[in-house]
Amino acid sequence: MTLHELPATAEIIERMDDSSSIFTLRLRFVDPARQTAFRSSPGQFNMLSMHGVGEVPISISSDPEDIHFIGHTVRAVGRVTHALATLRPGDRVGLRGPYGRGWPLQEAEGGDVVLVTGGLGCAPVVSVIDYVMRRRERFGRLVIIQGVKHAEDLIWRQRYEAWAHAPDTQVWLAADVGGPHWAWDVGPVTVLLDHAEFDHAQAHALMCGPEPMMKAVAERLLDDGMPTERLWLSMERNMHCAVGHCGHCQLGPLFVCRDGPVFPYPVLAPWLRHRSL
Amino acid sequence: MASEPGFLPRDGLDRLIEALRRDGREVIGPRVRDGAIVYAPIAAAADLPAGVRDAQSPGAYALHAVSPDERLFAWANGPQALKPLVFVPHELLWSSRNDGADGPQFTAAEPAARPTAVIGVRACDLAALALQDRHFLREPYPDPAYRARRDALFLVAVHCTHQADTCFCASTGDGPEAESGFDLALHEIDDGFIVAAGSDAGAAVLAGLDLAAADQARMDEARAGVEAAAAAQSRSLPSRDLRPTLLERLESPQWDAVAERCLSCGNCTAVCPTCFCNAEVNEATIDGRENGHYRQWDSCFTSGHSYLHGIVIRSETRARYRQWLTHKLAHWHDQYGRSGCVGCGRCISWCPVGIDLTAEVAALAGEGTA
Ligand SMILES: Cc1cc2nc3c(=O)[nH]c(=O)nc-3n(C[C@H](O)[C@H](O)[C@H](O)COP(=O)(O)OP(=O)(O)OC[C@H]3O[C@@H](n4cnc5c(N)ncnc54)[C@H](O)[C@@H]3O)c2cc1C
Ligand code: SF4
Ligand code: SF4
Ligand code: FES
Repeated sequence: MTLHELPATAEIIERMDDSSSIFTLRLRFVDPARQTAFRSSPGQFNMLSMHGVGEVPISISSDPEDIHFIGHTVRAVGRVTHALATLRPGDRVGLRGPYGRGWPLQEAEGGDVVLVTGGLGCAPVVSVIDYVMRRRERFGRLVIIQGVKHAEDLIWRQRYEAWAHAPDTQVWLAADVGGPHWAWDVGPVTVLLDHAEFDHAQAHALMCGPEPMMKAVAERLLDDGMPTERLWLSMERNMHCAVGHCGHCQLGPLFVCRDGPVFPYPVLAPWLRHRSL
Repeated sequence: MASEPGFLPRDGLDRLIEALRRDGREVIGPRVRDGAIVYAPIAAAADLPAGVRDAQSPGAYALHAVSPDERLFAWANGPQALKPLVFVPHELLWSSRNDGADGPQFTAAEPAARPTAVIGVRACDLAALALQDRHFLREPYPDPAYRARRDALFLVAVHCTHQADTCFCASTGDGPEAESGFDLALHEIDDGFIVAAGSDAGAAVLAGLDLAAADQARMDEARAGVEAAAAAQSRSLPSRDLRPTLLERLESPQWDAVAERCLSCGNCTAVCPTCFCNAEVNEATIDGRENGHYRQWDSCFTSGHSYLHGIVIRSETRARYRQWLTHKLAHWHDQYGRSGCVGCGRCISWCPVGIDLTAEVAALAGEGTA
């Protein structure tokens, strides 16, 4: 067995509740050698397992250079994620990973970085924001665009406010349905692209969220003149094995677990055109 | 490995079985069970289906005896290939134990495999095994359990002389003659078998049998047998790379036409020797302390296959049949460098409503109607 196939025991060090159904766990392998050896890059994911319940793929939301713990932000939607939601500091779970290919941060250096997310799509890109913030001099403008369905779905309000005050950083938020305390835009995420200021020729756009949203954003950015190979999408599919064996995550010729979850747009475009692939 | 093909008289087959049993190998061969030919343990040549013939057509499979014909391999493949011997239908990957404070402790399943010799393997099944090898042994995550069972296999091929009406291996390039991937290969002729080695292990077994060289007349008889089997195939795929044809037709109304008949039962995937989809499931003990994490066969025809928190991506049969056919005949080229169909015809015979993928491809390609 390679290191990657067998889960290892990890302990919950800290737990934060981000909303009524979204929570963040900070985990650490019980075996210190395993913790020291763990390296990930933004956009990769782990398989988290609840003893006797099951395993689910969850993106790594912590800074990859933080060697002390591994962060996961989870939305309780079903069997395994509801079980994960019961965890408290000191509890232990199984963890294997990291898996997949993350965001192209080396390629993005020197230009603007535009992050477009929808719903909980923000989880996999928080690590990108941390990454860029820590290496501010290597990147141009940082544009953070987030869309939610309802105003009350927005988590991490303080973080967005803090990011908005960082140098060379823009934060644009929109809700399909606004509310009394919603000071930002109302409408689809694409309206925010009208406000965002960045150099289309030099930027990389990283997208994560529902497929129709990513598709609409990608088409809009292409219309605005962004080169197609500078658009990146993080895809979601049913996953069991995470290593290209089980076949569940296939999208056309791609195994999302192994070839992705982050893909350059030209690789995905032929398959996004068709419903139910 | 260089050794001349030898001639094994019909009554000498038990000597071969004995030789295979040496070194502790279990010998598996074709047997009649529940009205079908399946691979199961055999003790002697007498267990083989002497004089048994099959009749296969879309949605139908039946055996009948034709005495006094004594040929042992005068039938085309039954529902199983080598797949269940290497990619087993249900197996433990790892287990966890949770006694409380220490949290779950994980233990990997110990891959174990008994040396096994299989007699009567067809060319299409060898081709399918080579495809499964590419999938399960691919770096950087080769599957240890598959590896162990694969390495323990000794394969005795039989060149095919009796194709079913559903076979089309000649058009996929995978049969009826076995060209590689075996340890020994047999040509069945009237009075016995021509035995040739395909590996060092096979050559060692062959040398131990101490056979006379096969003469030219028998070699000619053997050649004529496989050539006749190839010529008799009535079905075919129009090309070995259907990628462009199928991908241009992802929105064809033909998918709706097949969906009207397809039951989404997944039989085609269960019998297909190259299908590799599997699901990982947990089975915990009542007290919750022990948990087994198992892998079992799965099918792209089930709704769970493409489930994503609350939605099923391929909710309609149209999308599932399209996924199956385009994966098999188009995307396998991207993933494994060739088509995922070896022309065995099983999916045609074992489909309860007789859907025929060669006819579906022909209809899609506009060359006929399904
Ligand atoms: C690469 C990747 C990264 C992800 N990152 C995050 C994240 O950071 N935060 C987060 O909250 N969610 C994330 N998800 C989604 C998360 O995996 C699902 O919400 C979760 O699997 C649902 O499991 P469940 O048992 O609670 O729900 P149920 O609806 O009860 O699901 C049942 C079963 O479906 C199977 N399944 C496998 N993969 C998925 C999947 N992707 N979606 C739904 N079911 C699946 C599992 O076996 C699961 O147990 C990610 C998914 C992928 C593919
Ligand atoms: S698709 Fe059908 S004919 Fe082709 S290998 Fe699978 S079962 Fe055999
Ligand atoms: S094609 Fe036939 S065997 Fe396959 S799922 Fe449909 S009905 Fe079942
Ligand atoms: S999750 Fe199993 S193949 Fe991708």
